[in-house]
Amino acid sequence: MAPSLAATPEAERHPALAFLATAWSWLFLVLLAVFFETWARLAYGVSFLLNPFNVQSIALFAALPLLLGLGQTFVIIAGGIDLSVGFVMGLAAVVMARVMQVLTPEAPALALPAGILAAFLVSLLPGLINGTLISRLRVPPFIGTLGMYGVARGVGFLAANGTTVPVNNPWLFAMGTGKWLGVPIPIWITLALVLVMHWVLSQTRFGQYTYALGGNRIAAVRSGINVKRHTLLLYTISAGCAGVAGMVYTARFSAGAAQAGEPLLLDSIAAVVIGGASLFGGSGTIIGTVIGALIIAVIQYGLVFINVEPFWQFVAVGVVIIVSVLIDQSRTRLTGEAKDE
Amino acid sequence: MSEAGATAPILACRGLTKRFGGVTALENVSFDLHRGEVLALAGDNGAGKSTLIKAISGVHHPDEGEILFKGERLTLANPRHAREVGIETIYQDLALADNLDVGANVFLGREPVVRALGLLPRIDRRAMRMAAAGVLETLEIDIAPKKLGLPVRSLSGGQRQAVAIGRAIYWKAELLIMDEPTAALGVPEQRKVVELIHRLKRQNVAIIFISHNLIDIFAVADRILVLRRGQKAGERRPAETSHDEIVKLMVGG
Repeated sequence: MAPSLAATPEAERHPALAFLATAWSWLFLVLLAVFFETWARLAYGVSFLLNPFNVQSIALFAALPLLLGLGQTFVIIAGGIDLSVGFVMGLAAVVMARVMQVLTPEAPALALPAGILAAFLVSLLPGLINGTLISRLRVPPFIGTLGMYGVARGVGFLAANGTTVPVNNPWLFAMGTGKWLGVPIPIWITLALVLVMHWVLSQTRFGQYTYALGGNRIAAVRSGINVKRHTLLLYTISAGCAGVAGMVYTARFSAGAAQAGEPLLLDSIAAVVIGGASLFGGSGTIIGTVIGALIIAVIQYGLVFINVEPFWQFVAVGVVIIVSVLIDQSRTRLTGEAKDE
Repeated sequence: MSEAGATAPILACRGLTKRFGGVTALENVSFDLHRGEVLALAGDNGAGKSTLIKAISGVHHPDEGEILFKGERLTLANPRHAREVGIETIYQDLALADNLDVGANVFLGREPVVRALGLLPRIDRRAMRMAAAGVLETLEIDIAPKKLGLPVRSLSGGQRQAVAIGRAIYWKAELLIMDEPTAALGVPEQRKVVELIHRLKRQNVAIIFISHNLIDIFAVADRILVLRRGQKAGERRPAETSHDEIVKLMVGG
């Protein structure tokens, strides 16, 4: 005589709609591809997608915002936000370029690993400071990382003497433009980090605690999760991802620039949100963020491809962000996952 | 009740006193609790119910008096310490991560980890789900198998309550403190939680049950401890008292 504690089966009522709501970002990506493909064929008589150059360009367009978006996904799932990633990326790019500029005449082969190490270490610092401010000193993430946005920006420009820092190093050039199995090295780097972050988020305790923290902070605390340490690590990881993005930037352009990541901050947050993460925390996936970054890249590259004024990119990406948030709102209703009571 | 009375109590509080500045929130409160027994804590707002359970669950440190748990004197450092010795508190807000499934909530903070390919650490979600299903089954809680994989926010209030209780039982809670477990529920679900408490009792769990609802109290309690202004106003067996008497003890006079 087990009592049946059945909840109202809201989710079972519209299974097809619920599926659409969760799979919409995949669907949207496909629709975009079909749209540009059709346009390209009708207007120019060429293929958009079956052209390897276009595919590679889209992947390269997506790589940098995606690298920033990987760490951002963790932070947003945990209920935070990291506004500093763009300028942390720039700072890392400048530091890497500076270190390599000095070392290249002496030891060109050694300059690359030294530059990578320097960029990585420099990127962790703002992350540790962000994490400490937010976890120990209870600064709201929006404010703490906005402060770091300014600090990293200023330090980046100071380190670069206000200009770009060029590097002439064959190893760096190879890292930025070389290919392996026909695929550019920056895409391999991004892919590797995507796989690692996906595993950590979906399979490990660390990932689980990230979701728990965004779902119910008090539950996480009462479960004995070290919430302060976890928060510190989240912002450090986010900054570390920005550091990797900075390295890739410096390699691709053989130069470091403090403003390298400036336009990428919003793209990275947009990728996470379009990928299905809620800005209130508790949901999101790495796969979603990858799709989100690809959607943005397809829009940006596709609009250039069909000769639309480049400024329409901003409009299009902005509309997609708003639509994806609207879909997120309705999804909670369709799948019965609304916070009722 | 009578058979429980023959053995040593699992919990014995002796002269517990807690002061906050000049205010005495709890004054010289003593009681016993046996395995398989439900003690209801009744009292008006500010009577000291919360202070009492917080002292037993390691949140507050009593200024005077002692807590004996399984015959040994217990000085609790913090709530985690209480949980480690087998005292679990289920708060009104349940402390569930709404975005995670039942298994993940039962194991939150204590997930079993296996190594994929002998190398990569991976949470064993299948083991978590099966263990969660197992504990819910022993508690005779019926949650559809496919619901076990959904975020717990898709469960009803009573089911969520059951998940919180299941978590405590899975981790071998011997004393369960339940703070207003029926307050946020509709009437049918209240009844199910009351049934669940009866079942826990039969599984020899000792329960302290806080409620404002005299009907629930009379439905589940073996004894009722009434607090008034931090002091023990009385202790009654439901069979030997009435709602009126309990209310009188609560408000005085």
